[in-house]
Amino acid sequence: MTAGTILFYDGTFNGFLTCIFSAFEQKLEVNGIYTEATPQENIFAEPLNISTNSEKAERVIIGLKKKISNDSYRQLYFAFLSELEGIEMLLFQYINLVFKEENFSSKDFGHPIVLKINQTSKKVSREKHRMEAFVRFQLTKDDIFFATIEPDFNVLPVILKHFESRYSDQKWIIYDLKRNLGLFYNLQETSYINFNFKSKDHLDPSNSSIYSTSEIGFQKLWREYFESTNIKSRKNMKLHLQHVPKRYWKYLTEKSTWQN
Amino acid sequence: MSFERIKEKLNILADAAKYDISCSSSGSKRANKGGLGNSDGVGICHSYTEDGRCVSLLKILLTNHCIFDCAYCVTRKSNDIKRAAFKVQEVVDLTMNFYRRNYIEGLFLSSGIFNSPDTTMERLVQVAKKLRLEENFNGYIHLKSIPGASDELMQEAGLYADRLSVNIEIPTISGLKLLAPDKKHEDFIKPMEAVKNAIQIYQSEKKIIKSTPKYALAGQSTQMIVGATGESDRDVMYSAAYYYKKYKMKRVYYSGYIPVANDSRLPALGSPVPLLRENRLYQTDWLLRFYGFDIRELLNNENQNLDLDIDPKLSWALRNRELFPLDINKADKLLLARVPGIGLKSVYKIIEARKFRKLNWEHLKKIGIAYNRARYFITCDSNSFEKRDLSSLQIKGLILQNSNSKFRKDYSSQLNLFSS
Repeated sequence: MTAGTILFYDGTFNGFLTCIFSAFEQKLEVNGIYTEATPQENIFAEPLNISTNSEKAERVIIGLKKKISNDSYRQLYFAFLSELEGIEMLLFQYINLVFKEENFSSKDFGHPIVLKINQTSKKVSREKHRMEAFVRFQLTKDDIFFATIEPDFNVLPVILKHFESRYSDQKWIIYDLKRNLGLFYNLQETSYINFNFKSKDHLDPSNSSIYSTSEIGFQKLWREYFESTNIKSRKNMKLHLQHVPKRYWKYLTEKSTWQN
Repeated sequence: MSFERIKEKLNILADAAKYDISCSSSGSKRANKGGLGNSDGVGICHSYTEDGRCVSLLKILLTNHCIFDCAYCVTRKSNDIKRAAFKVQEVVDLTMNFYRRNYIEGLFLSSGIFNSPDTTMERLVQVAKKLRLEENFNGYIHLKSIPGASDELMQEAGLYADRLSVNIEIPTISGLKLLAPDKKHEDFIKPMEAVKNAIQIYQSEKKIIKSTPKYALAGQSTQMIVGATGESDRDVMYSAAYYYKKYKMKRVYYSGYIPVANDSRLPALGSPVPLLRENRLYQTDWLLRFYGFDIRELLNNENQNLDLDIDPKLSWALRNRELFPLDINKADKLLLARVPGIGLKSVYKIIEARKFRKLNWEHLKKIGIAYNRARYFITCDSNSFEKRDLSSLQIKGLILQNSNSKFRKDYSSQLNLFSS
């Protein structure tokens, strides 16, 4: 009995695709795919570090796109962004189906792996939509609209386009505090940035060394509006929480517990 | 701007606007060309109020001064409330600043009729025009068509707005006479007709001349209050079906009457809002628009009101047992959509999945059908299916016993009949 190989990669999509490339090229019996930070528990399997190679990744993408539609490819990418435990192995099995099954279809919803990938990508897609809704910009003194988020999944790469085309005449930053990674749009293009927040000052909109003096005023108006538009005789907190789960309240101007 | 002053106006004019339930921001297409904002066809709810309604647009009245005295309306002339009015520039500034912070998809501007219908409509158009031409704003704009406004103004409104709407409010003409004696049915119809015609003209011109300007891309909608005048569900839904067909409405909204006045013609203050009824009406509306039902199948002389304890599709299926059970692996798409507990997303998944294998209960549950309701109406690749010869009443009882509706408390007295 062979114990197989465990692949380690840098956590990027290209890195993952490089793993796929190596697995196929070297006909590896893959037992697990993990990011480098994950401690290894299976002492019998052979560990193999895969260094990201964008050419190899590109070849996998080309191969996939020959077999599946753009929509299905997008599903696969979205499922990857879920960062769920074990998602890499699930995707590996899925990609095996794509390349090896004669009649593979991403709409074969009776197949457990196909259905799982479909459902996972739906979850990520929902989180993407949520972030497009729940981002709340605060205007800084140097005219940058700044927002912090902590999404369940790694959606920054897939919300970029939406914010770029919508807010093309203002500078903005959307910062994912969970992953310590942000997007910065400078009126020309969007790039990834990385901050070292030393304190939580950046969260306080009344901090006049950071935020524009009118910022608090608009936030109060928004809260006022939010209160006034509610119909008390129709109160339905269950529905409210279903739409706006508590974990998102922290950065929602109208819901956060910050006062005055 | 003076934040304190604006805050007070916002309080009054958002409060008065909230009974307009539409908050849709979908169905339009506006690219951003160097300015601010876009609409890509998909609406976004940026937040939800504590009553669970979507907050997508800044929904306000320009003013709540009104020369009319409609009994069901909170801003009616005779009501003793605080009045306020926004300046055009104030609405523009608020919209821009809220939009830039990603609070909203755009503006929904309505108004009390403060002088004449034309003066009011003109002011609404001014706001939209300013946003589009001076601020280069490409977000969503929904304007209210003011009953009685001229065709020319409606024509202009559609050039800047994505959606226009007139609220029918009272589903029957007799009800309207009773509650809004100064308003004529024709006044509501006229702007609707003008917008419908303009949409048709712009669409056909667009086919020939590509540079034809956009006109009310997201179409028009209307709203009816239910539970204010003793109308039946049949009255409401037949009216709705008429407006969908005749005026090509994108949406009809149903608003359970919220008592805003002590008036002998209306339910007393403090009466509960008919939320369950409203919910059933929306389900019926969905069956009309997406599931291929004709309204006469769901509501007719024998069935003038919807069942409150079960959804309208299940009611229909229980009245039409001869069509069931359906074989999930063979049934036509349109019939699948008629099975209680199977929604359109599941229909799609079933149709695709059965091309590859015969589906059994496990597959169907994983796909996400509501097994508790669907099981009595379907068979699949399995020997286990409902073999008892159950009456419709028995099926209904079994389904209710196993369900956990949020409205359960509202019909628990009826439920007791089955469990005893």
